[in-house]
Amino acid sequence: MHPIAEKIQSRFPEGFVGANEWRGDLAITVKREALHDVCSYIRKDPDLDCDYMVHVSSVDWPDDEERFEVVYEVYSIRKRHRIRIKTRVPEHDCLVDSMTDLWMGADFMEREVFDMMGIRFNRHPDLRRILMPDDYTEGYPLRKDFPVQGKGWRDTFDFLNDPT
Amino acid sequence: MKLEDQRTTVYKVDPNHPETESLPTLRTEELLLNMGPQHPSTHGVLKVILALEGERIVKSTPGLGFLHRGVEKLAEGGTYHQFIPHTDRLDYVCAMYNNFAYCRAVEKLMDITLPDRAEYLRTLVAEVQRIIGHLFWLGTQALDIGAMTVFFYTFRDREILLDWFDELCGARLTTSWYRIGGVERDFTPSLTEKVQKFLDYFPPKIEEYVVFLEKNRIWLARTRGVAVISAEDALSFGLSGPTLRGSGVDYDLRKYEPYSAYPKCEFSVPVGKNGDTYDRYWIRIEEMRESVKIVQQCLNQMEPGPIMADVPSVTLPPKDRVFTNLESMIQQFKLFSQGFDAPAGEIYCGTEAHKGELGFYIVSTGGGRPYRLKIRAPSFIHMGAFDFMSKGYMIADAVTIFGTYDIVMGECDR
Repeated sequence: MHPIAEKIQSRFPEGFVGANEWRGDLAITVKREALHDVCSYIRKDPDLDCDYMVHVSSVDWPDDEERFEVVYEVYSIRKRHRIRIKTRVPEHDCLVDSMTDLWMGADFMEREVFDMMGIRFNRHPDLRRILMPDDYTEGYPLRKDFPVQGKGWRDTFDFLNDPT
Repeated sequence: MKLEDQRTTVYKVDPNHPETESLPTLRTEELLLNMGPQHPSTHGVLKVILALEGERIVKSTPGLGFLHRGVEKLAEGGTYHQFIPHTDRLDYVCAMYNNFAYCRAVEKLMDITLPDRAEYLRTLVAEVQRIIGHLFWLGTQALDIGAMTVFFYTFRDREILLDWFDELCGARLTTSWYRIGGVERDFTPSLTEKVQKFLDYFPPKIEEYVVFLEKNRIWLARTRGVAVISAEDALSFGLSGPTLRGSGVDYDLRKYEPYSAYPKCEFSVPVGKNGDTYDRYWIRIEEMRESVKIVQQCLNQMEPGPIMADVPSVTLPPKDRVFTNLESMIQQFKLFSQGFDAPAGEIYCGTEAHKGELGFYIVSTGGGRPYRLKIRAPSFIHMGAFDFMSKGYMIADAVTIFGTYDIVMGECDR
């Protein structure tokens, strides 16, 4: 196993679920409850020192019991390594701790995840839609059960059917 | 007066000052100003709600999404090859770099190595695209701030390169020239000649722009000390590219995680000190000089050879064979409509575009379509820092701050 994964496993034996290294990318899966502690550790530990927020993303696995996957990718400028931290949440309770207190950039990136996938973030200062309109009620577009053409809201726009 | 004091104390009345009591009580209130989405300096359709105290910005709330087209959702419905033209429309000013970043990500997923000539061609064109991007930035930023002449000069030179793109791939902006595993077509002798001619022509022109701006009092007053961000904050926000390097962090993926032909070229990464708009301007000027060096080196080192990796299950057959050979035609058709069989797994691949780190996070479950494709767009992430960076500045500086990120809304809203 990758030394960083080993380090996190020994530090968080309860929260650690698994690690995977593929094509040179290190991905560590942790339990939702431990996510904030693990991120705080990799942010502050002098050997890991991940000070650069790369992206926050989410994946929908509709067949799984824990349907959504939240992905944080961070980088260390000094140590030059990239770590991907993943966690799973079930659909009926999709709530993850926000990382805005660790990386300020998480603010917008988590808002995008909320907007696109409907995952809520605990203690996020301003959790609103960001790319979709504020009054959008059709749900969350990047979920797998959302049709590409939308759910019909667009057809109600008068100007689309107006022959002039 | 120190900058920090200027930003915070100029409009405050000292309550302990003996004369404060004799001042007439003025009614003050916070003013909300809606800037955009139709505003010439927002580089597309960006809305910002500014909370103002006098002329100073207290809080700004960016409203994004006016150009949201659901590119990430569309990607899930198409094959890997089909997505390349969609990437053109992300950052439509610099389409080549988007193609490059996407193709690199898929190549990492498929574990493909490219022949040398393809790598050189890619690097060369990417650097030409970087020059175009910086010229576009310089012209529009100067125009927004009030120096109109530079715009005409930079666009004159940008036009030469766009015509060169036109000859290379038939399109000026939406190029789609990169292919998974290589590039679409090789340079003709006339293209090589034109690039060489441009390399001889261009460096003195950079001095021309610098002369326009370096001694221009308005330019200096409106860029020096504006949109300052410390290295630590910039990293925490995930800023990248010249916006981050202006703050003194030398994070450049071309050096940190060398790819393509960059390890074989000699170039330096300019780094700023003060983290203000002026430093970022200086970095972009220097980067243009470095890009000229890289293009020249690629041109000199390039040897004739194949321009596409030889992995028939993934890469497209040569175009001339598609029209003459039945098997090649079938292969081309199948690769586009069914796609190739990607292994299950997930990768993230970042590329140093001229705006910053443009990354693609691809989750594959096997089969010809990406299960999930996430675009790490530098413009979007830079907008996250807008509120933080605009606090305490004047309304007019908001325009400078959009410009300092080199924001393009197509990429920001995806």
